[in-house]
Amino acid sequence: MKRFAVAAANALTTIAGTILGLLLVTFFIGRIMPIDPALAIAGDHASASAVAAIREQLGLDQPLAWQFMSYLGKIGRGDFGSSVMTSRPVLEDLARFFPATFELATTALLIATAIAVPAGIWAALQQRSTWDRAFRAVCLIGQSFPAFFLGMLFLLFFYVRLGIAPGSGRSGVMFDGVVEPVTGLLMVDTLLERNWAAFLDSAAHIALPASLLAFMALSVLAPMIRAFILETLSTEYMTAALAKGLSPVQAVTRHGLPNVAGKLIAMIVIAYANLLEGALVTETLFSWPGIGKYLTTSLLNADMNAVLGTTLVIGLFYLALNRAADVCGALVDPRLR
Amino acid sequence: MLSRRTLLGTAAALPFTYSLLARANAEALTDVVVIAQQIDDMISFDPGESFEASANELEGNCYCKLVRPDVVNPSEIVGDVAESWSISPDGRVLTFNLRKDCLFDSGRALTAHDAVFSLKRLIVLNKSPAFIIAQFGFTAANVEELIVAKDDHTLEITLPSPQAPSFVLSCLTSNPCAIVEKERALANQQGGDLGNGWLKTNSAGAGPFRLVSWTASDRVILEANPHFAGSLAVKRLVVRHIKDPEAQYLALQQGDVDIARDLGSDRLRSLTSSTQFHAVSQTQLTSLYIAMNVSVPEFAKNAVQQAVKWAIDYEGIAQNLTPLVWDVSQSFLPSGVAGALNETPFRRDVAKAKALLAEAGLAEGFSIAMDHYAASPYAEIAQAVQQNLREIGITVSLLPGEQKQVVTKTRARNHQLALLVWNADYFDPHSNAQAFCQNTDDRDESAFKMIAWRSHFQDAELSASVEIAAREVDAAARIERYQSMQRLFWERAPFAFLLQRKAVAMVREETSGMVLGPMPAYTRYEGLRKT
Repeated sequence: MKRFAVAAANALTTIAGTILGLLLVTFFIGRIMPIDPALAIAGDHASASAVAAIREQLGLDQPLAWQFMSYLGKIGRGDFGSSVMTSRPVLEDLARFFPATFELATTALLIATAIAVPAGIWAALQQRSTWDRAFRAVCLIGQSFPAFFLGMLFLLFFYVRLGIAPGSGRSGVMFDGVVEPVTGLLMVDTLLERNWAAFLDSAAHIALPASLLAFMALSVLAPMIRAFILETLSTEYMTAALAKGLSPVQAVTRHGLPNVAGKLIAMIVIAYANLLEGALVTETLFSWPGIGKYLTTSLLNADMNAVLGTTLVIGLFYLALNRAADVCGALVDPRLR
Repeated sequence: MLSRRTLLGTAAALPFTYSLLARANAEALTDVVVIAQQIDDMISFDPGESFEASANELEGNCYCKLVRPDVVNPSEIVGDVAESWSISPDGRVLTFNLRKDCLFDSGRALTAHDAVFSLKRLIVLNKSPAFIIAQFGFTAANVEELIVAKDDHTLEITLPSPQAPSFVLSCLTSNPCAIVEKERALANQQGGDLGNGWLKTNSAGAGPFRLVSWTASDRVILEANPHFAGSLAVKRLVVRHIKDPEAQYLALQQGDVDIARDLGSDRLRSLTSSTQFHAVSQTQLTSLYIAMNVSVPEFAKNAVQQAVKWAIDYEGIAQNLTPLVWDVSQSFLPSGVAGALNETPFRRDVAKAKALLAEAGLAEGFSIAMDHYAASPYAEIAQAVQQNLREIGITVSLLPGEQKQVVTKTRARNHQLALLVWNADYFDPHSNAQAFCQNTDDRDESAFKMIAWRSHFQDAELSASVEIAAREVDAAARIERYQSMQRLFWERAPFAFLLQRKAVAMVREETSGMVLGPMPAYTRYEGLRKT
């Protein structure tokens, strides 16, 4: 019991320290940016008194340390402030933008994992074959081509040439505002309302951007899985398993995979975290109203409440994912307990 | 039982279900028009608060004003809810007689009390666009007495000081002077905000459309005002935020949008030859110029300023970098505004520019930094200017940045050279004249910090002319003054005007009736029709 309490206290201290560090760095980067937030907000016709009033309203006339402490106090009360860009509370914005990214990133991760794991194993078992070379070449394309270029290719091929995928946005014009947001995840909300046409439409809209992100993620995941499996294939226990008469596929799935499961989970979690905050280009190209676009637009407009709020949410998600990876890793691999 | 073959067959067919769905959508949407446009500048839908281009355009179609510009000839002002108006001989009292058949989208009749409330609200809220009428001397203390409803359909505005009538009327056509339904705004007010919180995401106007929903940086949905006097063929209008011009182009080609608003020169050129599309274009009051900060010793010399103006290849930039979307324009009054001189006195003359530099004692040239927007086509224009100036011995290092970053830097007067864009605030020459010519107090604590101040440009004669022209009641004399100011500006000001923007909407053949205005607030959707 005591050991559990100590572990929980340690975990909480780590989380609190990480969040504080994250906020501290983001806050001070925001303050040394070349844009004066008060001048940026004031507009062309603002008088000196209006600019001073905005500065006072934002607390920019106070010492930096005081500003930071005041911000922490507000965060503690659940007040993230309002966004200058959208005129709404940052929490409301996050509640709207984050589910869009979450839905996109989760779908992409599911696709990527479903393909990357069997493909990686297959490539390892077929090492140096034509299939293996082709597999590595495809992964190299995913790793080396910029998201913007690949995104345009996806749009040109699947949307324009074949006409089997919709273009940009989360839903078609017919389904705008048709479904009442409950979770913010459009596919889930349409299912909850049993609106099958809207569900199909939202699924069709997410297919292309999610496939693009999945392709980019799996082109990193799959070669690593291949490398893990190759490493296990050279171990003695695998040689013994094969000598007992197991087929290579049986040997890998029964003995190889459980041995690399911990590393695999950690890798998938990193890929997921990257998808959550790194979908900016995809969001721009596919007009996906997600958190990446919100963060960048806010940053470029010195909308610091929005930047800090978004950073905090992404940071919290990273922490949660890390913890989840630790727990899952320990569950599947006794050596990590 | 589900066989492997059935499963594979279903999976293979799934991607094609969307194509069937999409085809069904396109057939059903004859009364819906979808526009692809960059609308991430919008911060509010309240006309008393927002002054951004996309908000001005969308609100302009949801609200009426007392007067509006004529669709065919925008410099002509016609009544919107005002049936007629009169101006006292001294130019101080404007009396408007309002139409009796004008209804808000709630069905309630629009009266002079709503108009009075809206103008007072603008002053009392004192948000960014309040300057539009505050510049005449209205304050929260005097507006109660100066803007009054004589009866339900008569409104009287008494100006604190005499102003040119055309100047006042032009300002009244702008979006902040939109008429908001008083009863609904007050019914939804919180903490005495005059409905500001509610109107950020709702509309209460008498225009042809009303706001259904606005999702920031995503989409705006308007629907036809059921009580609008005219007939509207389009019942629903969806403006989708598609930031990337290439994505707009693809969506237009595929028929997912009916109109694309932000295509670049190349795409416009490729589509204009197609019979599937037609272009609607309109010269805007948007200027691209170079600001030379006079606090930099080299730019304090008039000869250097002139050398820069003579070094730039205006025609080359317009023809090669911005065909169809930006035209050469060298005056601080853009073409279309009353009194604008459409002359282009400067052209690329390297020998003359070098001689001017030598006259300033800088024959060896000098080095300087230029801020500019990083986006296209500004980055390409900046590179062309860099090349032009290198040829006369001025070495320019380029400092690309996001628009807000560059503008904020110039507001703090921290630039040396800056390539910038300026939009006129209202359809009157005073807007740009005041911004570029007036600077009577160059101290950091000055109360008026517009473009001239930001580059430390002070010219007593031009500053005085701005005030005189604004108060000139004789229209012809006023125009003449602005014309002489433009000539003086060419000789004395540290600003080189290069180009004027042309807005182009690329429209699919089945859609018609799109009217672009010279300012965003004047763009009209009510004539849209789809076959």
